[in-house]
Amino acid sequence: MRDVAVIGVGCTEFGEHWSTSFRNLFVEAGALALEDAGVTGEQIDALYVGNMSAGRFVEQEHIGALIADYAGLASNHAASTRVEAACASGGLAFRQAVTAVASGMEDIVVAAGVEKMTDVGTGASVDTLAGAADREWEGFAGATFPGLYAMIANNYMHRYSLTREQLAQVAVKNHDNGVHNPIAQFRQRITIDTVLNSSLVADPLRLFDCSPITDGAAAVVVVPLERAREFTDSPVRVLASAQASDTIALHDRRDISTLDATVAAGRRAFAQAKLKHSDIDLVEVHDCFTIAEICAIEDLGFCAKGEAGKLTEEGVTALGGALPVNTSGGLKACGHPVGATGIKQIYEIVQQIRGEAGGRQVDANIGMAHNVGGTGATVVVHILGGC
Amino acid sequence: MSVSRFWRKIPQRYNLIGTVCTTCGRHFYPPRSLCPDCRRGGKIIDHQFKGDGEVVTYTVIRTASDQFDSATPYVLAIVKLDEGPNLTAQIVCTPDEAHIGMRVKSVFRRIAADGESGVIHYGTKFVPAE
Repeated sequence: MRDVAVIGVGCTEFGEHWSTSFRNLFVEAGALALEDAGVTGEQIDALYVGNMSAGRFVEQEHIGALIADYAGLASNHAASTRVEAACASGGLAFRQAVTAVASGMEDIVVAAGVEKMTDVGTGASVDTLAGAADREWEGFAGATFPGLYAMIANNYMHRYSLTREQLAQVAVKNHDNGVHNPIAQFRQRITIDTVLNSSLVADPLRLFDCSPITDGAAAVVVVPLERAREFTDSPVRVLASAQASDTIALHDRRDISTLDATVAAGRRAFAQAKLKHSDIDLVEVHDCFTIAEICAIEDLGFCAKGEAGKLTEEGVTALGGALPVNTSGGLKACGHPVGATGIKQIYEIVQQIRGEAGGRQVDANIGMAHNVGGTGATVVVHILGGC
Repeated sequence: MSVSRFWRKIPQRYNLIGTVCTTCGRHFYPPRSLCPDCRRGGKIIDHQFKGDGEVVTYTVIRTASDQFDSATPYVLAIVKLDEGPNLTAQIVCTPDEAHIGMRVKSVFRRIAADGESGVIHYGTKFVPAE
């Protein structure tokens, strides 16, 4: 297996792109990544594209070919593959690209993620997202995605000491970080009262506990580490790439408020990288809902079960804290174009390691990205480091 | 929600019939045709559940998909059946009544409809049994 490095990254602004088409979104992100990497289209061997549900959001399938075509790569017949694992599609596309390069099968590979979600109404998008869970036995009964995470939250709060204010602080902190991120959908601060006074979506989760419906795309370029210096003076090395699965339905889990796939993928990533928790300088976790960030911090092993609320309240996970979590603003403030989120996490880690994160910059040499599909049926964890 | 039509033909949905692995004794609802513990070494047969259980966790859905929109707010829960397995179902009660640990029993109810003239879906809900 060869070592792999990221040599370029690109990302569109996340938000509501009413006047931009699905295909233009990823062309913009891809062009930014290639420019950053100093790579031309003819050099690209393969693309892996994370996308959850273009078929339902914009009624377009065959995304791999569409992207290769509109990226101008139809004439050199680059291998292009769509990767789908619900909201973990982007992280998994990155893992496929890393695997392809590590294996020696491909040399210069683009990993991208794209989703355009605002073309359908709220009810239709809620329904589409419910397809990331068990449609036949959860969705049929009336389960929504916020509803499933709300059941995680109620189970968690029944068993551990987590206050409603601590939960709200996750959103407050991520909005604070998003202020400094030019690609974030929301760049304004909020208060705990903003969260607590927002409308209930699924008790106890309120509107400001939830990541929004978003359009956006992100892309990164990976090459063998030994070739990275041909393109850039600041390659970022992939230290670990881990993936784990669990039951598709929340009701079949061993423990409703522990994502065992996060536990497994996290352990595998730490073992691969031969690192310990104190080596990690920042983490991008999958905060699709505030409770998800609380569970992620614990399930990745950064603290004991039941302690992440206190950690958040004390500012440990804030920009100036010992373990900055979601410096980008997370899914909460950046927005969550489901297929693109996993690549945007890699984009953020790379920017932090290269020292290009502006007002949200932390002292970073090693970062972790944690991307969840569904309520935890797929989890992908990557660790990246400067070299 | 575009529920595939064949799902209406699944008898287990209406009667709370699940399965049991006769090799290890583990019960399944929703039904499984392969035991995750014994895998191909297990023998699976149908099992009629009594329908009694307890709320493991719940929520009140305030924003639903189009098909359930007119039913909001409704209580959705994970119910642990006395025989072992958990399932997701609505509880027919007010948001204030719902609580973790609540004893419930199954009932046959209308779940949703595909618009005014579309297919009506039936299945299992639960009512308080305390």
